[in-house]
Order: sequence, then C-alpha cells, then structure tokens
Amino acid sequence: MPSPLLTLSAVGYTPHATPILTDISFTVMPGEFVTIAGPSGSGKSTLLRLIATLLTPTTGTITYAGRPQSSYEKTAYRREVSYCFQQPSLFGRTVQDNLTFPYTIRQQPADPERLTAALATMSLPAAMLTKPITELSGGEKQRIALLRNLLFEPKLLLLDEVTTGLDAVTKDTVHQVIAEANARGVTVLSVTHDDRELAQATRTITIAAGRQEVSA
Amino acid sequence: MTHLLVTPSALVFAVALVLVALAISLKEKIGLERDLIIGVVRAVVQLTIVGYVLTYIIRVNRAWLTLLMVAVIIFNAAWNARGRANGLPHAFAISLLAIFVATGVTIALLVAAGAIAFVPSQIVPIAGMIASNAMVAIGLAYRSLNTQFRDLRQPLLERLALGATLRQTAIHVVREAIRTGMSPTIDSAKTVGLVSLPGMMSGLIFAGIDPTKAIMYQIMVTFMLMAATSIGSTIACYLAYPQFFNSDMQLR
Repeated sequence: MPSPLLTLSAVGYTPHATPILTDISFTVMPGEFVTIAGPSGSGKSTLLRLIATLLTPTTGTITYAGRPQSSYEKTAYRREVSYCFQQPSLFGRTVQDNLTFPYTIRQQPADPERLTAALATMSLPAAMLTKPITELSGGEKQRIALLRNLLFEPKLLLLDEVTTGLDAVTKDTVHQVIAEANARGVTVLSVTHDDRELAQATRTITIAAGRQEVSA
Repeated sequence: MTHLLVTPSALVFAVALVLVALAISLKEKIGLERDLIIGVVRAVVQLTIVGYVLTYIIRVNRAWLTLLMVAVIIFNAAWNARGRANGLPHAFAISLLAIFVATGVTIALLVAAGAIAFVPSQIVPIAGMIASNAMVAIGLAYRSLNTQFRDLRQPLLERLALGATLRQTAIHVVREAIRTGMSPTIDSAKTVGLVSLPGMMSGLIFAGIDPTKAIMYQIMVTFMLMAATSIGSTIACYLAYPQFFNSDMQLR
C-alpha cells in the first residue's frame, strides 16, 4: 500500500480568540482527486492555505510526503504544493508577465511555444500572450491563473473554488484541464460547490463551522 | 554686511506673520492653532539652542565634537523616519543604518573630492541637509511600502503561493518604494532655479557671495542629495521589506 501524500492530524487554526478550524484530520493518497465541501465561511479556504503554508496551523501537524510540512524549505514546498486562489488577481502588465513568472522564479528562460501550447489547453488563443491583464474577462483571468500553477506540474494542486462564476463552456474547459492533470498523476484537493467536480472526485471531505463532518 | 542683521525687535514683528496664520486657522476652523503654536515655540527654542551650539562647535573646531554633532543629527533623523514607519519592526535600526551610510558616504566623497573641507562650519550644515533629505526620502519609502503591502496583499500572496522567494515576491514593491522616496529630490532637481531658489544658495547670495559661486555650491548640493536619497531609500527599503513577512515566509 503506498504511503499518503498528505496527512493532517488534529489540525486547528485559531489566529485570535475564535477558532477558524478545529481538529481536522484526513489523509490524501498520491493521485487522488479529493473535494472539500461545506457552507461559505466554514474555513475551507483557510484549510487550503494551511496546506499551502500560507498560514501555519496553531495546533496539530501536517505531514507531506512522509515529512512534517515545517521541515520543508518553503519555496521548494510551494512549487510542489501549488495553490490556486479563488478570484485570483493577475500581476504585471500582460498575460505573458504572469505565465513567465513560474519560469522567472526558477531562473529558467520561458519557452514561448510552451506558453502558447498551455494557452491552447485552456482554449485561449496565442495572441492572448501580449494582452494587457486589464482587458481580460473573469473567466480568462481564472484560466491564466490556473496555468501559472500548472506550467511546472505540481505534485499536489490545491484549488479554491476555481470554477465559481465561470460560464458553462469555460467551466468544462477548466474541468478538462484539471482532469487531465489528475490523470497524469497530479493529486488534486479542491474546494468546490460544483456538482460535476464533486462527482469527479474520489471522495469528499465536508467542513462545517470549522469542524470536519464525519463521513459515513 | 549690516543689512543682514536681524534684530530681536525685527523677529518680534515677524511674529505678526504667525498671527496671520493663526487667524486664518481660527476663522476657517482648520484646527491647526495648537500645532502652529507648538511649531513656533519649538522652532524658536530649537534654533536658538542650535545657534549657540553651532557657534561653540565652530569656535573650538574639534573633529570629535563635529562628529558628535553629526551623530546627533543622524540619530534625530532616524528617530523621525521611524515615526513614519507605522509600526514596522526594527524601523529605528534600519533608518539609523540607512541615514548613517547615506550621510557618511556622501560626506566622505565630498571631502575626498575637496568640494568641502572637514571643518565644522561646512560638515555640520551639509550633514544636516543630507540627513534631513534622506529622512524625508526614507519616510516616503516606508509609507509606500506600507501602502503597497496592504493594497497588493493578494497578488503578493499569489507570488508566494507559486513558490517565489521573498525578494521575487516583493521586488516590484521595493522598486516602487525607492522611486517614491527619491521622487521629491528628482523633482526639485528638475525645477531648481525655475521654481525654488534653494536655501543654501539663497543663504550664500544673502550673505553677499557672488551668485555664480553660490550656484556652483547649489549644483554640488543637488547632486549630493540625489546620491544621499538614493543610498538612503535603497538601504532602508531592502532592509525593511523582509519585515513584512514572518519566519514562515508568510505575509504578516
């Protein structure tokens, strides 16, 4: 039996007086597609941010690939465990600035053909590379943001309601890209309200009011 | 030079000018009366003390005393810059180092080039000009860092989440803050002589120095301030930006 990619043991997050998350424990196996469901404000995004090391748990431990999360060098960890934000904001001036960023931080030259091929997977034209980010629609922004996470394939992809607010066609494209990444071996942990994504998942973890609901 | 004498009675008349400002503040309900009065009292007290101190320092002409005076100026400038840092950790130490290096390097270069002599009558005023400009530049740079780290929180988080180092995450913020810190010096360099006749040049002309000589000094001062503000704000910004992150490379 393979060892888990991610293990949360009694993880809690109480930044101030009120706890946001309490006693969350679950494991994710390599290659799984796990969804996290639950009402708004229940702490789902916080949970992803804890796993992404953008926040540190106040109690409990997170183990990634057999080692405590805290033992990893942060930049290396975040390049393997890639978090895509809900309503991401793009940076720089053009789409290209965003897509070359993963190359820049790895001190590698960006390959223009690779960038246009990546755009094509999201049904976006090559001409989009030079488009100013201020002229993009919400759906275009979301797809560009997801590409930033996928240009260097992560081991664990954390998705924070990435299809919320997208039209049906764009949603299909994004689902397809995520499913393909998962088929190539990328483990996916996705916060979602989307029925299709919930159906696509191997299993669903439900969080309500900062606590995990015991699955049947 | 008798025409340069400002008598105490002339100064008393100048108080009338303050009364004009006070009257406007009262009439227009600007609410600055208290600050105006504090400002006037402090200006009179501080400048009187400094006048006597400078007279003494220039008269005894000792290197250690000159350096002590420069140290006091740098310390005060750093303390003031810290006040604009809005709670940034280690703001005083960062400001002190930045202003010390900016002032030290600039003065050392000027002395080495023979532009000024190491005498208190030249070192102390020049140090004051450099430190105060560096202080303003650093204060503006801090404000810019604070504003950007607040307004650009999400894009900064996204860079971090993609695995960027602190420098890769914040470099554009740092560059903008340095630009902001330097912009008043650059703007005033562009308009010097057209809009403002700066204090040093005006003072020399006042004192009867040939304006062309006064201008040469002013050109030196303009270049010196450019160097000092760029050194000061660069050091301050590069030391300050990591303070916006915690030891887990997260935004505070």
